[in-house]
Amino acid sequence: MKLAEALEVVVRTDPGMVRSHNEDAVFGDAERGLVILADGMGGYNAGEVASGMATTLISNDLLPLIETIRPQSIDAATGQRVAHKYIIDEVALTNDSIYRAAQSQPQYAGMGTTLVMAWFFDNLVSVAHIGDSRLYRLRDNEFQQLTRDHSLLQEQIDSGMITAEEAKYSQNKNLVTRALGVDPEVEVEIHDYDVLPGDIYVLCSDGLNDMVEDAEIGETLQMLQANLELAGDQLIQMANDNGGRDNVSVILVRVRGDFAAPSGWWQKLLAWFKS
Amino acid sequence: MAKMILSMDGLVLKEIQLNKERLTIGRKPHNDIQIDNLAISGEHAAIVTILNDSFLEDLNSTNGTLVNGQPVKKHFLKNNDVVELGKYKLKYINDVPAAAGAADFEKTMIIRPGGAKPVQPGDAAPPPVGVTPAPMTPPAASPASHAAPMPPPAAAPAAANAAVIQLLNGPNAGKELELTKTLTTLGKPGVQVAVIARRPHGYFITHVEGAHFPVVNGATLDAQAHQLEDHDVVEIAGVKMEFFFKT
Repeated sequence: MKLAEALEVVVRTDPGMVRSHNEDAVFGDAERGLVILADGMGGYNAGEVASGMATTLISNDLLPLIETIRPQSIDAATGQRVAHKYIIDEVALTNDSIYRAAQSQPQYAGMGTTLVMAWFFDNLVSVAHIGDSRLYRLRDNEFQQLTRDHSLLQEQIDSGMITAEEAKYSQNKNLVTRALGVDPEVEVEIHDYDVLPGDIYVLCSDGLNDMVEDAEIGETLQMLQANLELAGDQLIQMANDNGGRDNVSVILVRVRGDFAAPSGWWQKLLAWFKS
Repeated sequence: MAKMILSMDGLVLKEIQLNKERLTIGRKPHNDIQIDNLAISGEHAAIVTILNDSFLEDLNSTNGTLVNGQPVKKHFLKNNDVVELGKYKLKYINDVPAAAGAADFEKTMIIRPGGAKPVQPGDAAPPPVGVTPAPMTPPAASPASHAAPMPPPAAAPAAANAAVIQLLNGPNAGKELELTKTLTTLGKPGVQVAVIARRPHGYFITHVEGAHFPVVNGATLDAQAHQLEDHDVVEIAGVKMEFFFKT
């Protein structure tokens, strides 16, 4: 099955109930299997500049390449998956662009952005993230967070200083330990996961998961999975009904079927005839 | 900034600003808060403050430390917690200044290892170059961020009045379904499903799946959410039901 048929993508973003402008940026392309979400920060309007640069630069660079490379293959020299190499290079370039803009233009000083992106290929997904924007997966009624925030709070939880339950009451929610564009270099965390038909992936900014409990996000998806558009609208609405204190962005990706990459020459030929 | 109010027998003795990373409480004079009372151990307890959060730790005191009446070894302090050491009470106050920093309200900020100050929105100074973000250890008590963080997420939003759906026909006629959850789905999956969302200002029905849309009081809905009024009659997948508010 081609990616365009195998994936259904719904993208939603909303300024929320308190903020006057939206510093989140979102991008989704089912045909190429690429979704990107960024939550900008800093400056008067610079947060949205940083997040907008992140989604635009990464998608513009990667999209034309996707057709020509085999992201699933492993580079013999480095033992690294080709997709990872492209993500790392692309993140470094984007980090550099944002950092330079922040350095050279006083109105952009201190801007930065979180990033979470998912790249689907060959029944796999490469998930890359920086900061506290998240990716969750709904599979067989199990709703699970796959990314781990790069935040002060998560580090406190990891070191046992604070429990996940206590963390809900923390006043330090808004502090991330990694972001794109604030330092000359940044490390992106990348993991690969198998993808099964029926999976639903959720990428979101903290405007959703701070306002709506994980369990409730999972339940909403389960109930409304027949209508992904509605599920997206509903999640935004729930965040806003609970106060909508931050910008809210959600990208939903439903896997309709198998999208294994054709491997043999005749399969490639077959795929070519089909297309 | 958070503070503790020290009192005994309802008499306020002192107000202590939590402006140090680690603040110790005990009977001996080298403590930050000295309480000269035999029920208090030499080194009784400590309060560790990281930006806007504070933790209380009992330092294996003889008579123990209570928080809201419960003995604790380690405790994450929440606004209005009452810490008891012997006859002394320490009330933890960490209320978010309402107006101050409303503009920065809950903005995401980057925090750097080594206790550097979080980059403030609008900070003119460029960030220091060459700081590699390593896994961070708790930063030294850094100047607390000025962004007013938000209070914990509001519990369930002030919900609309309780409401019920009663089936009017079919094998389950007469049966009532309370709309207690945020979302309630109705209908047959694969045939026709609608969802009723409970929101702060009322109940809204929306079509989820199927070729047919829900019918309310004889009129077919479109894809938009529709607010339900008291005693509306809804028809989904051939089943009629009445929506009404519980009094």
